[in-house]
Amino acid sequence: MSNMPNPPATMLSISGVHTYYGNIEALKGIDVEVNHGEIVTLIGANGAGKTTLLMTVCGTPQAARGHITFEGKDITRMPTHEIVTKGIAQSPEGRRIFPGMTVFENIQMGAMSCDPEYFDQDYARVTELFPILKERQNQRAGTLSGGEQQMLAIGRAMMSRPRLLLLDEPSLGLAPLIVKQIFEVIAEINQTDHVTVMLVEQNAYHALKLAHRGYVLVNGKIAMSGPGNELLERPEIRAAYLEGGR
Amino acid sequence: MEYFIQQLINGVTLGSIYGLIAIGYTMVYGIIGMINFAHGDVFMIGAFISLIMFLVLGLIGITWIPFAILLVLIVTMILTSVYGWTVERLAYRPLRKSFRLAPLISAIGMSIFLQNYVQLLQGARVKPIQPIVEGGITLIQSDTFVVTISYLQIIIVLATFLLMSIFAYIISSTSLGRSQRACEQDQLMASLLGINVDRTISLTFVMGAALAAVASVLFVLYYGVIDFYIGFHAGIKAFTAAVLGGIGSLPGAMLGGLLIGLIETFWSAYFSIEYKDVAAFSILVLVLIFRPTGLLGKPEIEKV
Repeated sequence: MSNMPNPPATMLSISGVHTYYGNIEALKGIDVEVNHGEIVTLIGANGAGKTTLLMTVCGTPQAARGHITFEGKDITRMPTHEIVTKGIAQSPEGRRIFPGMTVFENIQMGAMSCDPEYFDQDYARVTELFPILKERQNQRAGTLSGGEQQMLAIGRAMMSRPRLLLLDEPSLGLAPLIVKQIFEVIAEINQTDHVTVMLVEQNAYHALKLAHRGYVLVNGKIAMSGPGNELLERPEIRAAYLEGGR
Repeated sequence: MEYFIQQLINGVTLGSIYGLIAIGYTMVYGIIGMINFAHGDVFMIGAFISLIMFLVLGLIGITWIPFAILLVLIVTMILTSVYGWTVERLAYRPLRKSFRLAPLISAIGMSIFLQNYVQLLQGARVKPIQPIVEGGITLIQSDTFVVTISYLQIIIVLATFLLMSIFAYIISSTSLGRSQRACEQDQLMASLLGINVDRTISLTFVMGAALAAVASVLFVLYYGVIDFYIGFHAGIKAFTAAVLGGIGSLPGAMLGGLLIGLIETFWSAYFSIEYKDVAAFSILVLVLIFRPTGLLGKPEIEKV
């Protein structure tokens, strides 16, 4: 939550990445760049490889070919628990909160990889973004509603003071009002806390409106890329992802 | 009545030892979903280490009993933990990504290996040691029966209680304990938060082995006789205790240990000593029929 943005230097660079699940090639040579201070979104249909790309950045599974560098360091072959201590945090698909722990313990888990001296300050910031987490702090996380779980997942990720935040479908299965609230917080995290965001979404309209740039992923390959509002205007995007647009 | 109280004291003592071993089963099961069948044999190794240590201390003339016991406890805990760690490193970690039964078979192999290793090194005959802590307190004296609690029984119950409290604290309130619970629930997510999952699993084996080591020192003091096969017997009882209490639950392991100890003792006292194992396992079967998750096991219902 501290670094000042330094655009347009590249923060995360993914080049020629191939990832396999067994014999299935999920990513077929991906090139993506994320610059300091940006919100970059990846959109695409189910099974296009969006989640796989985020997980490959975190080294689980590792890329079979290609290179991923973060702030100039090659992280392609680094074990997952080391990658995330370099300043990358992920709120993964399906939120993956720890249901048997309390909300507060989940938050503590988020801060595992960094200096405990920042804990109070970071917790204050997270509960400022999501006041409901403070109210629910002694409740078991498994008893939270879907929206609250999503907030917890993002809050937990923020506790590790990331410079790059990977968000996998934060709007999935949530009511429109909650989705709006979550997207506002993502913008806030990006602008106020200067956290660079890589956002995977099915909700292409919201995502492209929010993002500085977007990539469209089709069958494990990048099909298109460009500034968010420009992609929104493209007829093929409107047809494929914004059918009946809002 | 006096007889009953005496049996209660004996049962709680035995149950404490079972409980300490049971925790090793339950913690490992909790974190990687595997029954570590070599755990009983790690306990047996601990018993041999502590017996040898007692003899060595006797030889070099350290005879102040509290100091000797403390020294033996510490050395046994450290060396047994090394065994626990090594077993995990050699026999289980390479099979982590394999099919579910592979580490189980590896565990049985490890158990046989450890038994034969000790049999070769130490011989198959039973090893006795003279009583180290003697004496006790007479609680009730009637014309027909005397109820006593030996100092050793007090030590065993107190040591168990103390260790349980320390472990409960570690699991519930330290970052190591939280990491362990996180790995238990979702290893992938734990690694995404920067937790070294392999290291956490290793530490779980080390903690289980350290508790088994304490149990083994208490066992040596209490029974004074060991051989290379005690691990199988104590292990299967402690495993039963863990399942009875609800595998994966720490208080469950302790409760299960106590219950198995009490059932065995009371059955031997009032019915027949030959069938004490039958009694213990019958209770297990009954509990599992009516509560498949064990007494304190939690059913897996989560709101998603």
